[in-house]
Amino acid sequence: MAVKSVIEAIREAIREEMDRDSKVFVMGEDVGIRGGVFLATQGLAEEFGDQRIIDAPLAEASIMGIALGAAFQGMRPIPEVQFSDFVWPSINQLIGEAARTCYGTNGAVQVPMVIRMPYGGGIRGGLFHSQNVETHFFHTPGLKVVAPCTPYDAKGLLKSAIRDNNPVVFLEHKKTYRLVRGEVPDEEYTLPIGKADVKRGGSNITLVSYGLTLHYCLEAAEELAGGGVDVEVIDLRTLTPLDTETILESVKKTGKLAIVHEDNITGGVGAEIAALAAGQAFEYLDGPVTRICGPDVPTMPFAQTLEDAYMPTADKIADELRKLAAY
Amino acid sequence: MPRNRTTRAQVSGGSATAKRPKAKLPKGLEAADLVDYYTRLIQVRSLDERIWALNRQGKVPIAASSQGHEAAQLGSLLAAEKDGDCFLFPYYRDLALKVAAGLTPVQVMMSFMGKAGDPYSSGRQFPLQGADLPHKIIQISNVVAAGLTQSVGYALGSRMSGGQTVVFVYFGDGATSQGETHEAMNFASIHKLPVIFICENNRYAISTPQTSQMGVEEVASRAASYGMPGFTVDGMDLVSCYESTREAITHARAQGPVLLEMMVERFMSHTTDDDDRRYRPEGEVERARERDPVITMARTLIDEKILTQKQVDEIASEALRATDEASDIAESSSPPDESGLYESVYAP
Repeated sequence: MAVKSVIEAIREAIREEMDRDSKVFVMGEDVGIRGGVFLATQGLAEEFGDQRIIDAPLAEASIMGIALGAAFQGMRPIPEVQFSDFVWPSINQLIGEAARTCYGTNGAVQVPMVIRMPYGGGIRGGLFHSQNVETHFFHTPGLKVVAPCTPYDAKGLLKSAIRDNNPVVFLEHKKTYRLVRGEVPDEEYTLPIGKADVKRGGSNITLVSYGLTLHYCLEAAEELAGGGVDVEVIDLRTLTPLDTETILESVKKTGKLAIVHEDNITGGVGAEIAALAAGQAFEYLDGPVTRICGPDVPTMPFAQTLEDAYMPTADKIADELRKLAAY
Repeated sequence: MPRNRTTRAQVSGGSATAKRPKAKLPKGLEAADLVDYYTRLIQVRSLDERIWALNRQGKVPIAASSQGHEAAQLGSLLAAEKDGDCFLFPYYRDLALKVAAGLTPVQVMMSFMGKAGDPYSSGRQFPLQGADLPHKIIQISNVVAAGLTQSVGYALGSRMSGGQTVVFVYFGDGATSQGETHEAMNFASIHKLPVIFICENNRYAISTPQTSQMGVEEVASRAASYGMPGFTVDGMDLVSCYESTREAITHARAQGPVLLEMMVERFMSHTTDDDDRRYRPEGEVERARERDPVITMARTLIDEKILTQKQVDEIASEALRATDEASDIAESSSPPDESGLYESVYAP
């Protein structure tokens, strides 16, 4: 096994699937000779040609709509949204059309498409290069939503997403691209969409997260372990379909639940998980369900002080966990 | 400045003033085709009128009529059928196109009444919206112009798969204001994709007239900004629409996209929920109806001695009989079972 970065794992997954299936192609802004602004497709235009790594005009609605039409025809497009902040011009094609296609045609037309988008903050991206967009997709039946946080998970899940017959929003936290490194098997593997992963076992508190903040959760759990509090950390990996079984099983064991995400707190993934626990593990709960999430402001501001104030950090998480442990 | 107005004759660079001699049919077209398509036209019109009446009886929740657009829709469909390798992305006013592409009157009525036998979506969507893959048709939504980028993507996919399919995408004059219309034409032009953009221009986007919708007189003139040919065609003449589309297919496959603006008339209100007397000048629809293809085509067929008056009458009565029968069958058919609510949210 070799140690790789998240971005390398993603590039490998795309290359392997393009090699395996001639129906797979990439389309996006600067994905060709430039290799994408984060270099996710570096070298692929040289390998597969400009007919399969297509530099699109700077027009997101057409990137999404054209990818969708190609999927109708039987292709397996991977449109890249350069930053998740730029998905909005294409949102009708994604939420309005792609998500409703299978249902609206009574299953006759399928949409085997993976919409890759770098998302999230903590990189001084300001209001238009830091957005967490996942809740909008999480709320939309017909879409699958995947948000891995390690190179191993990113590669295995991206390969599964490309083989899936549904529109999959594949969220890549841009701060993890080069910061997070890990072992990736040399041999072929895939990971199932819809399965959470217990990244750390524990018995006192269930801590649920995904993406960049999952790493902060692991740091916080380590900190609490020093004080004798045993935190179980669940990496959702997939937001839709949500692995309710793994969450409930853990909550029933620990009796305490905390959820962490960078996205705005109101109406977010955390709210849904809180409702899940309240509805299906009510009698097991032994403390208030705690959410450590982005505040209700329109994304992370640019100034360092304001970005820090927005971001859930290991320290903030640890503070809340200590309160929950003491409850 | 020269006007961009062109006729079908110019699609292949011919003379703008060339007029088809009445008795001579364009290449590839036979009298039997005209009879076939006249018969489809009469059936479609009969269904269309009945659907409107059923709405007033509370049996059809909503309908958008294609009356006045049929020659454009059927003329282009005839070209698609003659070619044999075309895929269609219609819009919500393309009732005639969708029906004539091969649905039975019963299927049509099932769809309008939201019954389980609806061939497009099994009662999930507005009538005849979704997909009819056996007849190579997809229309996902009511968001105008959303089908344009999708159609371009379909053409791209087809080319990548080694195919030669020409894709038709239909839209109204209102849809040309959407940004995606520009994006679709731009991409199709860059990649020289075989897409025929068919604008059915009836000069009204619901109530908003063309003059409030665009600063140009002809939608076709916009083709120049994409480096593609654009033509304005008499959309009330089925043969003209056939001929233009036929030539556009040849161009599209060899050189890339084409924009056809078919000038049509909207005989009815926008939908069954609209009342166009609030915004259309008095007498406008009545004048437009003088060019109704149902009338003009029958006249031509009789004048050219292709059909007798008796045969024309028989076609009409057979269409009416089929419409009656279809309405009765659909009315007594079952709606989709409630248990289907959760089906097909995701593909397997």
